[in-house]
Order: sequence, then structure tokens, then C-alpha cells
Amino acid sequence: MFDLTGKTALITGASGGIGAEIARVLHGAGATVGLSGTRVAPLEELAGELGARAHVLPCNLSEKEEVDGLPKKAAEAMGSVDILVNNAGITRDNLFMRMSDEEWQSVLDVNLTAAMKLSKGVLRGMMKARWGRIVNISSIVGATGNPGQGNYAAAKAGLIGMSKSLAYEVATRGITVNAVAPGFIETAMTEKLTDDQKAGILGQVPMGRMGTPQEIAAAVLYLSSPEAGYVTGATLHVNGGMAML
Amino acid sequence: MSDIADRVRKIVVEHLGVEEEKVTENASFIDDLGADSLDTVELVMAFEEEFGIEIPDDAAETIQTFGDAVKFIKEAQQ
Repeated sequence: MFDLTGKTALITGASGGIGAEIARVLHGAGATVGLSGTRVAPLEELAGELGARAHVLPCNLSEKEEVDGLPKKAAEAMGSVDILVNNAGITRDNLFMRMSDEEWQSVLDVNLTAAMKLSKGVLRGMMKARWGRIVNISSIVGATGNPGQGNYAAAKAGLIGMSKSLAYEVATRGITVNAVAPGFIETAMTEKLTDDQKAGILGQVPMGRMGTPQEIAAAVLYLSSPEAGYVTGATLHVNGGMAML
Repeated sequence: MSDIADRVRKIVVEHLGVEEEKVTENASFIDDLGADSLDTVELVMAFEEEFGIEIPDDAAETIQTFGDAVKFIKEAQQ
């Protein structure tokens, strides 16, 4: 089950906690992985850890030209892109009334527009191959909203609408497009929270604990696998029961 | 010249699974040959590869019939 031998996967944000784990798990299932991210050192380190079948593909998703060039770079390095995981995301939290245009735009650019451009860039190869998997990493806040995250929540909700629309269009070509919506996961982003903040959040999680990057990666592996061929336009919520959607 | 038309016809026949006689000058990919909008995108991709040309999105939208495709490709190759 869930064998990705011979498949190629491009993962954005692979220098982060969740992205790196997604790369490890897809690689462990046999895929060749393209590790994309802004910071080169952690990508090199991860590639070293994985050994064969790992390519470092640095890309700053805030830079239009770099985004446009990434699908081609990935296809050149790996021969194709069978699986795209749009995982990269940034936050620029602020109260809505204080949010600047720049804070809004930068989050939309990286979290939503880059995912659109990369998806568009890899679709040609997937359509020819009559096989493809696009997995967009959304967030629980895309469904529930979150104070201080109007920009982030808009982008993450946008990913879900985009996934569903694209899923319709390419369904007959053997390409599925799905989203994974993590809840509170142990990462560098949540490590910064105080104990009080953590206790407050955990009070809302029926499981009473944070999720792990491995639990997100497992959801991505499933949606990337041949076995999930009949699942498309879906959002898989991995949130310990925090929001049962 | 007719070589281009033959190559385009071959691609259309293969991709849309239609009979060669139906691929006439004025045959519309969507109305006459049963293509859906995504098929037309794929046809353009196939033309680009076959002839080593680039067909921008706004030009692709004007290619509605077999004749349109042949004409566009001839002009692009000049």
C-alpha cells in the first residue's frame, strides 16, 4: 500500500517542520523528492539525510520569476513532477483593522498565488502522463477563521476553493487535487507560544494534545498514493477533533 | 504545406478519436469533433510539441477549427 516507487514529488516549504516530514515520508515510500524552500542550508541537510533520490531546489515564492521557473527546474532535475505538495506558507499576523496592504498581499502571494502558479506549471506533464496528485496544505483556520489571521485564513480558505475547482477540471485526466487542513501541530511556529497560550489551545482539542508533523505527512502520503485515486476535491482535516468538519 | 495539415490531422484524429474524414477545414473541435475545453488545451499542447512552436494562451483561444490550427501553425513557422 501507498508505494510511490518511480514517482517524483515536488514539496515546497521543505525546510520547515511539516514540509521536511512530508518529504521524508514520501521519500520513504519510494518517491524521488524535490526539496524546495527559501533557506538552502536546511534543504541541503535534509537532502543529505535522505541520500539518493533527493534534489535541492531553492526558490523564494515571494519572487514571481522564481515561482514561474520552479516547475521547469523540478522537471529537469527529476524527469517529471508526478506529485506536487504546496506546503509553503508564511504568516504576517495583525488585527484586521491594522493590517497593511503589504501584510495582506505578501501572505496571499506566497500561500495562495504561488500554489496556483506551481499547479499550473506542473499540470501539462500530469495531463500527458494521465496521472498526477496535487496536495495543498491548507489549515483549520481556513475553515474556522482566527483572530489576527485575516490574511492567512483567506489564503488557506482560498486554497480549498482552488483545489475543488481544479479537481473538477482535471478529474478525467487521472489527476486528483486535494487539501490537507492541519490543526495545531508541533512546529517552530507553535513552539513560540507561551505555556498559557498552549493550555488555552489544548482546551479546545478533544485529543488534548498537539498533532505531529508525522501525522500531517501521513495524510499527504495517502492523498499522493495510487490508492487514493478516487479521492478528489476533498479536504482532509487532521486536527485532533478541534473542528469536526 | 499540406504536410502540416496532415500532421495536424493525425494529432486531432489520435487525440479525439474521430474519423479522418470528419476533420475538415471548418470542423470545429468542440462543436463538430466532440472535444471539451480541456481537450482543446491538450490539442494546443500537442501542436506545440509536434511543431516546436509556442502558442500563447490568447492565441490558443482563437484556434477553434482544424483550419484555424493549420493556418496558425503555418504562420508561426514562417
